[in-house]
Amino acid sequence: MALLDTPRPAALRRKRRREAVRTLAFLSPWLIGFGLFFAYPLVSTAYFSFMKYDGFTAPTFNGLKNWTYLFEHYPFFWQGLRNTLWLVAVMVTLRVAFGLGVGVLITKVKTGAGFFRTAFYLPYLAPPVAATMAFAFLLNPGTGPVNHLLGELGLPQPGWFTDPDWSKPALTLLAMWGIGDLMVIFMAALLDVPKEQYEAAELDGAGPWQRFRFVTLPNITPIVLFAVVTGVIQTMQYYTQAIVAGKVASGVIGGSGQQFEPGYPHGSTWTLPQMVYNLGFQRFDTGTACAAALVLFAISMAFTALLLRRGSGLVED
Amino acid sequence: MHTPRRTRRTLAAATGAAAALALLTACTGTPQGGGDDGSAEGKDVTITFWHGWSQDNETKAIDANIAAFQKLHPNIHVKVVGNIADDKSEQALRAGGADAPDVVSSFTTDNVGKFCSAKVWADLTPFLKKDGIDPARTFPAAMLSYSGYRGNQCSLPLLGDAYGLYYNKTAFAAAGITAPPKTFGEFEADAVKLTTAQGDGYKQLGFMPNYHGYESTPSHFLGQYGAGYFGQDGRSDIASDPRVAAMFAWQKGLADKLGGFEKLEKYRTGFGDEFSAKNPFTTGQVAMAIDGEWRTASLAEDKPAFEWATAPFPVPDDQAATYGRGYQTGTIIGIANGSRKQTAAWQLVKYLTTDTDAVVGFANAIHNVPSTFAALDSPKLDADANFRTFLAIAKNPNSSTTPASVNGGAYQVSLQNLGYEYESGRLTDLKAGLTATAKEIDAAIDQAK
Repeated sequence: MALLDTPRPAALRRKRRREAVRTLAFLSPWLIGFGLFFAYPLVSTAYFSFMKYDGFTAPTFNGLKNWTYLFEHYPFFWQGLRNTLWLVAVMVTLRVAFGLGVGVLITKVKTGAGFFRTAFYLPYLAPPVAATMAFAFLLNPGTGPVNHLLGELGLPQPGWFTDPDWSKPALTLLAMWGIGDLMVIFMAALLDVPKEQYEAAELDGAGPWQRFRFVTLPNITPIVLFAVVTGVIQTMQYYTQAIVAGKVASGVIGGSGQQFEPGYPHGSTWTLPQMVYNLGFQRFDTGTACAAALVLFAISMAFTALLLRRGSGLVED
Repeated sequence: MHTPRRTRRTLAAATGAAAALALLTACTGTPQGGGDDGSAEGKDVTITFWHGWSQDNETKAIDANIAAFQKLHPNIHVKVVGNIADDKSEQALRAGGADAPDVVSSFTTDNVGKFCSAKVWADLTPFLKKDGIDPARTFPAAMLSYSGYRGNQCSLPLLGDAYGLYYNKTAFAAAGITAPPKTFGEFEADAVKLTTAQGDGYKQLGFMPNYHGYESTPSHFLGQYGAGYFGQDGRSDIASDPRVAAMFAWQKGLADKLGGFEKLEKYRTGFGDEFSAKNPFTTGQVAMAIDGEWRTASLAEDKPAFEWATAPFPVPDDQAATYGRGYQTGTIIGIANGSRKQTAAWQLVKYLTTDTDAVVGFANAIHNVPSTFAALDSPKLDADANFRTFLAIAKNPNSSTTPASVNGGAYQVSLQNLGYEYESGRLTDLKAGLTATAKEIDAAIDQAK
């Protein structure tokens, strides 16, 4: 009888437990990594954000003091937040648009595609510090060739990294110069779009823009979403280029009596990750640095969740 | 007995949280050292010394001093590790452990307040007392000030930097100026005379007053006013000290007389690296500069196409009697509080900071100002007239420094930011700006305490 063949509840439980253990065993490398390098640091960051802790002496509980200091008295928080959000909105958008544009153009090039692919990809391989220093020298308002050329053409010569109105656009230019990563993934996605769909659209009388809008874009939406989400996360962590550009342009080495201006010029390149470093390692306020890191984490999570939620409707199954 | 599932979950969560907290608290706190390492009784002891020098002449000089020390103390062996950035040694001191350094030096004096108050570096007062060393009679006042914090002398000066005026003698002669200026009034007049316009820039600028003009910072200018930054109660006094407002007003006035902030700023972007032969004073782009004593060596090496000389930087007209003063800072050295070889470590620190021959030899090798009165007066000191200017500034009782603070150089950053806003015209109400900045500084210090 079928009823007699059914395992008894105890045997079923044992089987399920064995399966669970096996699953956990397979997952354990990831679980250990996740626990050690994500969960534990996250828990400890939350813990220290409620502690008075300077990194040297034992931490003591101080309630919400770090949080109120961060939001109400720390002079660089809101400026860092504004700059970071500006970079997320402008830099990410332009990088994705430019990366997609270059990808589209290169997939259409009949001759010399290899050269263009290499030319656009190579800048991405340049180390961020070296690339930023090169840009700072090229865009130096006094001695740089870019402004010299603009002057020769009778065009305005911006202050670039020395002008608070131009420093973030200059950083955006630097980011757009290194779109090799996006170009590659967009090219792969574009080459994957079925040719029959283009042929059908052409037969229906669709022009280039309509083919892009109604054929290309729907097919590559998941890749665009991926580029935007990873771009937002990377930009929330934006540190090296901003601090190197500020240091090179200000010319200040730093030291006693000669402090480096945070976010030179006039705080315009100050970002949230610089704030975490400043609090934790220059002001010895690890507690508030942890609170700031949590804010950064929360904003990144919120952006990612929002983009995935909004983007999921655009992605076809 | 069956525990309800919910209770079991709560227990598990509580156990997990307790374990996490135990883990978190276990990795914090400064390790305690001290104790007798037996080196005084002749026991062999090896200590580790971390420093930041990296140039050949610097490391050779340090190694020579260490060799001389080991001859005097054959049972104390020193493992020297050079080219260590402050960040790295700070991390090592946070972590502690057997590989952490026993003796540490730092190029910045900004962190002394934290190192002393958090007891990261050991208080050297008992060692100084035991060996009969009177710090006030041994080290210049400003140097002693930047190496301690509120009675805790957790470091000692290991050579210093003094700031003075560099001037282009050839340009002075061409402009009919016969002597370096002593007051700000004279300085302004000379700076204007020495300035030659060219197009929308300058052929030669008398002086670059903008705060990003390398060493022309608010703190260095305030050294000429003798500002103290903090009152007796430890609160910022920049809003109530008239010298601070006077300095900001003087700097802005000078910038206006020389063509204004924007024009000067554009000219500044054409300057080469500060620590290179393209330094604007070396190239003749500016005729006067505020700079440290190290520039004497660079100029001797770079051989600019003009004659140059040094003098103390001018002082405000109403403080003419204090002419000869200047801003001072320098390298500091201390003992890790976690070191278990503090007796041996102190012998090394004492030798490097108080042995006249060691201090003079090191100063001669790296062209810094010696950090003891005895060394400043030593006939063995290799000093020409230009370098002697800085020796006199270092000995001047009116010379001053930026005091140690519990949160590093944060108060200097706040004050500098105010300077940037004011010089650029983004801030017009200086009084309100100073009041807000004082509040910002106090809030940051309250947070750090």
